[in-house]
Amino acid sequence: MEKLDLGQFIEKAIEGITNNAGPVLDGIALVIEGIVDGLQSALISTPSGVVMILMAIIAYIVQGGGVKPSLTKKGFKKAFGLSIFTVVGLFLLFWMDYWEETMETLALVLASAFIALVIGIPLGIWAARNSKADQVIRPVLDFMQTMPAFVYLIPAILFFSVGNVPGVVATVVFSLPPAVRLTSLGIRGVPAEVVEAAQSFGSTKRQLLFKVQIPLAMPTILAGVNQVIMLALSMVVIASMVGAAGLGERVYSGILQAKVGLGFEAGLGIVILAIILDRVTQALGGLGKK
Amino acid sequence: MSKIEVKDLNLIFGAKRKQALELVQKGVSKDEVLEKTKCTVAVKDATFSIEQGEIFVVMGLSGSGKSSLIRCFNRLNNPTSGSILVNGKDVMKMSDDDLRQLRRTEMSMVFQHFGLLPHRSVIANTAFGLEIQGVPESESYVKAKEMLKTVGLEGYEEMMTGQLSGGMQQRVGLARALTTNPEILLMDEAFSALDPLIRTNMQDELIQLQEKLKKTIVFITHDLDEALKLGDRIAILKDGVIVQIGTPEEILVKPADDYVRAFVENVDRSMIVTASSLMFKDTGKLTIEKDGPAIALRRMRDMGVNRLPVVNKNNKFLGFVMDDGVVKLKKDGGKDLNEILISDVMPTVSPDTPAADLLPLFIDKQLPLPVVDDEGKLLGVAVHSSVIAEVTGRDKDEIIEIQKSGGN
Repeated sequence: MEKLDLGQFIEKAIEGITNNAGPVLDGIALVIEGIVDGLQSALISTPSGVVMILMAIIAYIVQGGGVKPSLTKKGFKKAFGLSIFTVVGLFLLFWMDYWEETMETLALVLASAFIALVIGIPLGIWAARNSKADQVIRPVLDFMQTMPAFVYLIPAILFFSVGNVPGVVATVVFSLPPAVRLTSLGIRGVPAEVVEAAQSFGSTKRQLLFKVQIPLAMPTILAGVNQVIMLALSMVVIASMVGAAGLGERVYSGILQAKVGLGFEAGLGIVILAIILDRVTQALGGLGKK
Repeated sequence: MSKIEVKDLNLIFGAKRKQALELVQKGVSKDEVLEKTKCTVAVKDATFSIEQGEIFVVMGLSGSGKSSLIRCFNRLNNPTSGSILVNGKDVMKMSDDDLRQLRRTEMSMVFQHFGLLPHRSVIANTAFGLEIQGVPESESYVKAKEMLKTVGLEGYEEMMTGQLSGGMQQRVGLARALTTNPEILLMDEAFSALDPLIRTNMQDELIQLQEKLKKTIVFITHDLDEALKLGDRIAILKDGVIVQIGTPEEILVKPADDYVRAFVENVDRSMIVTASSLMFKDTGKLTIEKDGPAIALRRMRDMGVNRLPVVNKNNKFLGFVMDDGVVKLKKDGGKDLNEILISDVMPTVSPDTPAADLLPLFIDKQLPLPVVDDEGKLLGVAVHSSVIAEVTGRDKDEIIEIQKSGGN
């Protein structure tokens, strides 16, 4: 029996897309590039001190639960602690002269997460409200999550050559599933009686979605946002293999040149960024509950 | 015209419900249908009507299909066959727009676990129905506030629903349902999740509210006491089939089958069974203008009693005569029963007096209680032993036995 050459089919398919969907791919590339470049230049051109303070303020507001939070002593300690950590951590990176790379990585993460959420949340809503859609989406998500992340880099290069764009595309594919899953989970988790109540008062499907289902699912959706951002951060490092800029690039060259110090410094930068992003987005879930 | 008319309603859940329906209509049992088609028959062949302004209770154990049935009225469940006319319009044939209109303006629902929106304040929850209709907040909040006052939640407007107790949350649920001013209120086990004391409170308040509002209320419950207390009429549901519909008293006095009988066995009947169902109608009576002692004696002998009620020719109750009095009158050659009439010590009762309230009125065990209508006309008499039988739940022979042994 002849060997099944599945890889060949995939290659054919990718080739077909590259040859025929050129303008579409160019369009996608343009949009992604626009978002990433805009974010990067905004973050880099703003004085680093301002960025640090802004991020500290955001951390304080989100952790503290609003602009004018009536904080308990414990709540204040937590919110203030996160702000201090943010400033100190970012200053450390500035001091090590990793500021630009950090901001590049941050821009990539935010851009990827934003795109993943824009695609993922509506898909999740669709999957929650339509069982057939759910039946199709679910296995696709399983596939996306179990396929080794590196594999996404190959078609990304073929479609978008090297640089930030294929990095973002691979990151979006990798970080999309939790946005879909948790949105769907959150909406399905809204108590049936509350949904029935809204229907019994004559809600349209849209009213049901925006006045009842999304608000009640918000804590779960925001947990999804947290997951998306964390996955995006981990993938952005891998994406440096296809030329995405930032801290990942430094880690990668640390590996290639076998420089432990370089790899560790950049790695530490990712850890600091991860902690800040994680704490802030986790606190977002708390905001959703209020 | 009835407010809601349900005809030949079948509700079947499952993929093969068409096939299941055919089986049901051929008379195949619910279990067999489930085995053959994997479909659940929730409601089978329901036909009944609900009148304007009544509290219609649907009672049954869990799994009897009562919640499924009530959800057919506003089509939260889509019935498999049959028709439901609300104000003469068939709900099942309504377009989505018409249905939404029905839900918005004519019918609203109160849920067992309240179904409130936890991310909204009490007033925002109460105004929800109006908000859905597009009524501006300035207007809807005024109405919502009024309704909150009606259900006794004045001052709680800005609280979040999670901060309220169960009873208060259900008041919000009730206020929310009333704010759209619907004609029909569907209440699905509305008080079942509440503590017994609060539950009783809410029942009383619902009755008071209903006196003012005169809505048509469909109330679902698994609790017979609640059904008897609230219902003008009660439908008893068993395995999706309505086994009996009637007033609380009819259900208690004439249970349609063993299932209903088993249900009503432990009820405190004395509060629900009234004089009208206890009384003897063919009691024999004397008309004061016409009948003399000779007729009185003969009638007593015929009836096997030692006393008879006396009325005037308009059937107005006057009093009783006893056999010894009549004999004495006859011996003395008197003709007028007025001379021996016992009238001054006699309380009369109306037909809807509960049995429990009758008991203390027996001054003299010998004399029964005359049951009269508003104009004092005699309807019948309630005798001591049958009232005791009703209140104590013992049968008549036992009571006579007890009375005898007590006398010795």
